[in-house]
Amino acid sequence: MRKLLFESLIRLPVTEPAPAPDDAALAELGEALGLAARRRLGRSLAIREVDAGSCNGCELEIHALNNAYYDIERFGLRFVASPRHADVLLVTGPVTKNMREALERTHVATPDPKWVVAVGDCAVDGGCFASSYAVVGSVAAVIPVDLRIPGCPPAPIAMLKGLLALLEPDTRRAVQRPAAAG
Amino acid sequence: MTATDETGKEARMAGLSDLITGGRPIASHRPWPRVVVDEATWQAVMAQLADGNPTLLGLWGEAAGVHIALCDEAAEAIVVLSLDCADGRYPSVGAQHPPAIRPERAAQDLFGLTPIGLPDTRPWLDHGRWGLSRPLGAAAVPRDPAYAFLAAEGESLHQIPVGPVHAGIIEPGHFRFSASGETVVRLEERLGYVHKGIEGLMAGATLEQGARLAGRVSGDSTVAYALAFARAVEAALGVEVPERAHWLRALMAELERVANHLGDIGAICNDAAFSLMHAQCGILREQVLRASDTCFGHRLMRDRIIPGGVTVDLTLDGAASLRRLVAALRRRFPALIELYDNTASLQDRTVGTGVLALDRARQFGAGGFVGRASGRRFDARRSMRYPPYDRLAFEVPTLEAGDVNARIWVRIREVGQSLDLIDMILDALPAGALRLEVPAAAGEGLALVEGFRGDILVWLRLAEDGRIARCHLRDPSWFQWPLLEAAIEGNIVADFPLCNKSFNCSYSGHDL
Ligand code: SF4
Repeated sequence: MRKLLFESLIRLPVTEPAPAPDDAALAELGEALGLAARRRLGRSLAIREVDAGSCNGCELEIHALNNAYYDIERFGLRFVASPRHADVLLVTGPVTKNMREALERTHVATPDPKWVVAVGDCAVDGGCFASSYAVVGSVAAVIPVDLRIPGCPPAPIAMLKGLLALLEPDTRRAVQRPAAAG
Repeated sequence: MTATDETGKEARMAGLSDLITGGRPIASHRPWPRVVVDEATWQAVMAQLADGNPTLLGLWGEAAGVHIALCDEAAEAIVVLSLDCADGRYPSVGAQHPPAIRPERAAQDLFGLTPIGLPDTRPWLDHGRWGLSRPLGAAAVPRDPAYAFLAAEGESLHQIPVGPVHAGIIEPGHFRFSASGETVVRLEERLGYVHKGIEGLMAGATLEQGARLAGRVSGDSTVAYALAFARAVEAALGVEVPERAHWLRALMAELERVANHLGDIGAICNDAAFSLMHAQCGILREQVLRASDTCFGHRLMRDRIIPGGVTVDLTLDGAASLRRLVAALRRRFPALIELYDNTASLQDRTVGTGVLALDRARQFGAGGFVGRASGRRFDARRSMRYPPYDRLAFEVPTLEAGDVNARIWVRIREVGQSLDLIDMILDALPAGALRLEVPAAAGEGLALVEGFRGDILVWLRLAEDGRIARCHLRDPSWFQWPLLEAAIEGNIVADFPLCNKSFNCSYSGHDL
């Protein structure tokens, strides 16, 4: 173990330079998010991931955000175990009818102000499961969504760009949204 | 193989075929036979299943009947038996052979088929929230969402309900622990939360839509599912894909296996609070995903395998980058194995934890690392010898201990094995076409493909216009989830995440 730790000291980190926040995400957020919410949450966000029916592909790439290449914690973004500790709900999957109530309850359990990010094509519009008897559809059909990150699954770098937009203090385009301003 | 082996094999095969000779074979079913049998034969087969041979590969329904796929492991033969049930009732297989219980409950939910004698008649996938019941069967009526968990009785037992939303970045499911102090007395799983109705969406879908759906049954096994689906279609239509496609498919399948095993090894150690392994394995996994992206244009290689072949070719540069990847992994992985092996505090958590006995693994036909860590030597690549594995030399690493440690070691060995396979595939990769057009025609096909988690079964029937009439996809998790309940018994609650991760069953693959 010592050898491995020592090597880690002298090897250059594999972590990628920070990407610029995604323009489209910035624009979407600018319209959706309240200024007050941004001020209150500052530059550190606690994220709670909720799988509302995903195929688990999106989860794999969300996991990758924690690896040494993307190292999401360096931006002040971290995953927490309880919705009660969360500022952001990161929701994947077409919302299944069997998960709808759990998603609603998780949303209620998350204190205001809070943001909801829909990750993956399924979360954005139901993907190829949209017409099923067992599926409600997009995340927005169940709870209000502030940011959408498409992809099947979105690559970690795409997710990172979207999430970084949450941290941009771009106040001019911000429009007050009563629910988020809580 | 010796002469006695051969004779034994034939005798056993005869045992299975004797039973089914009275049945009506379906000519359009390939490559293994499907036979419509009468109730007496059905009962006789159930008795054999309960005796331990053949192995149940799957059970699924249709509006007018029920099917079981059986595997005679020694003879390496598969047969599908079908029983017509005009009145929607049939003699339960689960009544004698517990592995069939959940599939029968699922078939009951989806098609309204009633297994007579089924010991557990509670619904399984249907949580009473679809707004209808028996969505794929005849009449659809709403159902009551109430669900009674099994009781565990005894002094000072307490219950711990967990989920469906869990504390990590994982899929949803509900676990009901009955514990005596720290010790788990009973675990009861409740699944079905991510049921997306995939088999319903499959009915009437084009092959293209079907391939996309199959690749989204369980995201971590997208290559294996796409392969199983494509092979089932090709079997149904009787087409053989170009040689190069076979080899590229295997290349992607082995990359998927390596990436998942690396992720799992790190994640299991992380659940034993050893995050260094997690971080290091995460780096290696990321390297595999990046190389996959470079070569095949998608990190998980999704939608790259389609009926008829593959959609992308491997360039010379791509092949070179895979060689570099294999070399890099061979350089760095041994240090991690050593780290795992030499960290006593970690071994203290994994050795002897969550033991699964061989007879249970056999009874349930547990595939993948779950079965092989307990001594069940079954690997569809080897037993079914689909191309190009029929031309590749490889071992099937098998251990006996059946604990978390053994499940880690099987993965470690399989990583090494897959790296060798990648090398061999790159050496032997033939030139030529990537795909052929598949005709629009009717037929029935079955495929069994080894994913990283175990054997995936796809069975389908194509209609005259080439569309999918019925498609059943059976994840290996169906026969692993119940074993997790058995393996955790007598362990402490705090070791559950560790055991669960070492099984790493798919929720989505199971819930469909
Ligand atoms: S967007 Fe793609 S990867 Fe994500 S849950 Fe849907 S099918 Fe799976």
